[in-house]
Amino acid sequence: MFLEGYGYLVFQGAWLTVQVATWAACVAIVLGLLGALAKLSPVAPLRLVATVYTTLVRSVPDLVLMLLIYYSAQIGLNQVAEAFGRESWQLNPYGTAIGTLGFIYGAYCAETFRGAFQAIPFGQLEAARAYGMSHWQVLRRIRLPQMMRFALPGIGNIWQVLLKSAGLISLLGLNDMVQVAKQAGNATSRQMFFYLVIATIFLAFAILSSLALKHLERRYSIEPRRSVS
Amino acid sequence: MIEILKEFGPNFLWSDGYRWSGLSVTLWLLVTSAVIGLAAAIPLALVRTYGNRWLALPVQLYTLVFRGTPLFVQLLIIYSGLASLSLVRESPSLWWFFRDGMHCVILALALNTCAYTIEILAGVLRTTPRGEIEAALALGMTRSQLFILVLIPSMLRRALPAYSNEVIFVLHATAIAFTATVPDILKIAADVNAATFKTFQAYGIAALLYMSLACALVGVFRLAERRLLAYQR
Repeated sequence: MFLEGYGYLVFQGAWLTVQVATWAACVAIVLGLLGALAKLSPVAPLRLVATVYTTLVRSVPDLVLMLLIYYSAQIGLNQVAEAFGRESWQLNPYGTAIGTLGFIYGAYCAETFRGAFQAIPFGQLEAARAYGMSHWQVLRRIRLPQMMRFALPGIGNIWQVLLKSAGLISLLGLNDMVQVAKQAGNATSRQMFFYLVIATIFLAFAILSSLALKHLERRYSIEPRRSVS
Repeated sequence: MIEILKEFGPNFLWSDGYRWSGLSVTLWLLVTSAVIGLAAAIPLALVRTYGNRWLALPVQLYTLVFRGTPLFVQLLIIYSGLASLSLVRESPSLWWFFRDGMHCVILALALNTCAYTIEILAGVLRTTPRGEIEAALALGMTRSQLFILVLIPSMLRRALPAYSNEVIFVLHATAIAFTATVPDILKIAADVNAATFKTFQAYGIAALLYMSLACALVGVFRLAERRLLAYQR
């Protein structure tokens, strides 16, 4: 029997971990973009909010923030609902975990994106303005695609850390790969074996993503060929 | 909030008389694992960069495995996995070591940070200015003098900015200790949460403590950088 009959459960857990990590990465990238744009915006309150967000989140351990946000979100929601005299509803644990992870890593993404936006040569923006592009057009056609190239290595690192952090969601009571390994290990008293199995799966994910990132980086770093001088 | 601080402040910050406080346990975990990790990483980084292929390959494999898997899983392997092996259970000295959550957490943290530190140091070694090595050779230094007097001090100085980040990450990683029943800041916060049901305040205090620790570390490293990297300005 494959993995003492726990093969399918471990597979399901691994799939759940990948899903949570992927969705959290999407949330983080959106939050990171908003955060970076807010940090670079001319509006002072926006800058302040974004700075507070990135500084606070990055100085607190991810595990502490996960416990803090995950458990407080439901309580906060209940209180808000009560204040409006409405019936509160139960948050979906997976959605909350994704939101929490996304919120945490959004702060790291914001810093990376901010650095990447600032790395764009100023002349390109001036050229775009000179062509009469609107603010929105400059953002969509010049700043975002150019920024992505500079941000990619940093975002890749954040993804690797996020993937490993996703292993912590079992501490929130979700039935991910680590939780399955715990249960399977305790049931068969072969903890070592099952932990080594999930460690191998995590390692495989890490190696696969680093290969994929290398490919992406190569694709995004295509530059117009410079004339031979 | 105030009541929580009044009642549980001693558990967070200083001792309540018969147990170490959360803050001191977290600091102890941070210092021991960072010191062990750095001490092991210095020779291993040299081996990884200058050693022959058969010595460098195992080091590379070690950093790959320990940087590619979550610290939480590494801790589970060391804390629960090893304890389930009869080999460990039947040997008194091994069992004494792996029975204690504190030992396991320090071992896991040290192994983990050592892997990251090796990569930091190796990266810095690769960018040693040629001039430093040439000057040492021109002065007639032997190979061991070159390593001890030039390469290692230069490596440690120039690694400081990256290493300060790594120490902050170790501080953040110590929070995992509470899963192995080690009474660090987060464990106290979880206890407070269980006792008062004030989740936000309990974990919020822990978050503030970690934040001030991180800020203090950043300050210390900034001072150290100003002194040790003064020649770069």
